[in-house]
Amino acid sequence: MSIDEQVLPYPIPNDAALDPPPEWAELRGTCPVAHVELPSGDRARLLTRYDDVKLVLADPRFTRQLTAPDAARLTTDGGVFNSEMAQFIPDGGEGHQHWRRLVGKWFTAKRMAALRPGMAQIADDLIDDLIERGAPGDLRAGLGFPLPVYVICDMLGVPAADRDRFSYWSDTLLNLTRYSKEEIEAAQLAFFEYMSGHVAAKRERPGDDLLSELIAAGGAEDGGLTDMQILVTGMALLVAGHETTANMIGKMVAMLLADRSRWERLLADPSLIRTTVEESLRLDANSGFGLPRYLPVEAEVGGTVLPKGTTVVCSMAAANRDENAFEAADRFDQTRSPNAHLSFGAGAHSCLGQALARTELQVVLEVLLRRLPGLELAVPVAELERVEGLAVGGLRTLPVRW
Amino acid sequence: MKITVDEDKCCGAGNCVLIAPEVFDQRDEDGIVVLLRSEPGAEERAAVLEAAAVCPAAAIEVHEEA
Ligand code: HEM
Repeated sequence: MSIDEQVLPYPIPNDAALDPPPEWAELRGTCPVAHVELPSGDRARLLTRYDDVKLVLADPRFTRQLTAPDAARLTTDGGVFNSEMAQFIPDGGEGHQHWRRLVGKWFTAKRMAALRPGMAQIADDLIDDLIERGAPGDLRAGLGFPLPVYVICDMLGVPAADRDRFSYWSDTLLNLTRYSKEEIEAAQLAFFEYMSGHVAAKRERPGDDLLSELIAAGGAEDGGLTDMQILVTGMALLVAGHETTANMIGKMVAMLLADRSRWERLLADPSLIRTTVEESLRLDANSGFGLPRYLPVEAEVGGTVLPKGTTVVCSMAAANRDENAFEAADRFDQTRSPNAHLSFGAGAHSCLGQALARTELQVVLEVLLRRLPGLELAVPVAELERVEGLAVGGLRTLPVRW
Repeated sequence: MKITVDEDKCCGAGNCVLIAPEVFDQRDEDGIVVLLRSEPGAEERAAVLEAAAVCPAAAIEVHEEA
């Protein structure tokens, strides 16, 4: 049976930690609007071509209303962000644009430049600890996982003493298998209570942080956000920005060390850090589920008419390797420019934190190259193990020496 | 070259500012793009083309004179 007559299980099984499943190229070539079966058993259509994915993500007809009665369910158990809390943030139209502009003001490139020294200090301190514990060490546990939480804590004005509680909450909310349902619910409640108190404290004594700024914009009647929206925004930023960035740090460093000439090239020419970060984002073969969208009206994609009520899944990772969009698409090119990959999505919903994520990834590389130039994998690439996360995939551990 | 930006499309990702800070900025109030120079010189050309190509909202248009 050819691939375009099959219903593929999705996510497509793949054991390789850093390489893509062979199905992607085949789907892009012959079956750009494939039939897939999700973990819930529901059916959806999978898009793998660059042009199709980009158009769909930027097209408001393809909505995020995955709670519609006839939308495909992704899994049977829902997952954290299907929860009641997500409803406080508008997910389309003018309400969404309003929210996005209020919060987006914190994420400007200028602001990120100002955060750089603080991030570099966090990275330096974490690397001090890693060195003290001695090689080999796990770069995921020692650097990739904590750094983004610490950065988000700083951004929310959370004191350093509470960082480890944030790490635990985030880990619990995002880890689908390690914790029991009771532990997850308890963590969610504790996190919610902490944030309620924290927002109230910021209202009393504003600081130089994102929550204070959202409070200063006034209540809903003044064009600002309600307290509940501010609180949920704070929680959402941890959920959206932690696992994604943490895993990407690990995968990026692994890609550079898997072929160490890439690492050496950066040592010789650190001006390639920016384009190397983008190329790692593009070639991340373990970027997780992709983005689901629900279609409340009929629409055409890539020559196929999709009926009203269809759920589509956009595989940005497959689209990022489309030969029709990128020259030598499978090659890791540390000078590629422009590099219009889709790893942060596209259109009105594209990642709000992308300037922050880019800055964190660049800073991590700068500091690692300076502090641990002799960095190398402590196990063969084939022994790296992938984990499926909630939002994005990653590596279970990243054993390194220096 | 001449550049125009569409503020309504702009999603505030800030890529253009990271790539071509001499040409693009963001408003402090909401992160929306501000064009610092609508007719940048030759030395800015490569960066501007890259910024336009990677804009997630396709909000930057480059008009090449004949
Ligand atoms: C490498 C790291 C990251 C990746 C790969 C990533 C990826 C994405 C993607 C693909 C989307 C689009 C979702 C959609 O269209 O439905 C998104 C949205 C979002 N991301 Fe990220 N992200 C990263 C880091 C961050 C960080 C650090 C933050 C903030 C602390 C963040 C905050 C957000 C928010 C708030 C949204 C929702 C935007 C909206 O609905 O308008 N992300 N991200």
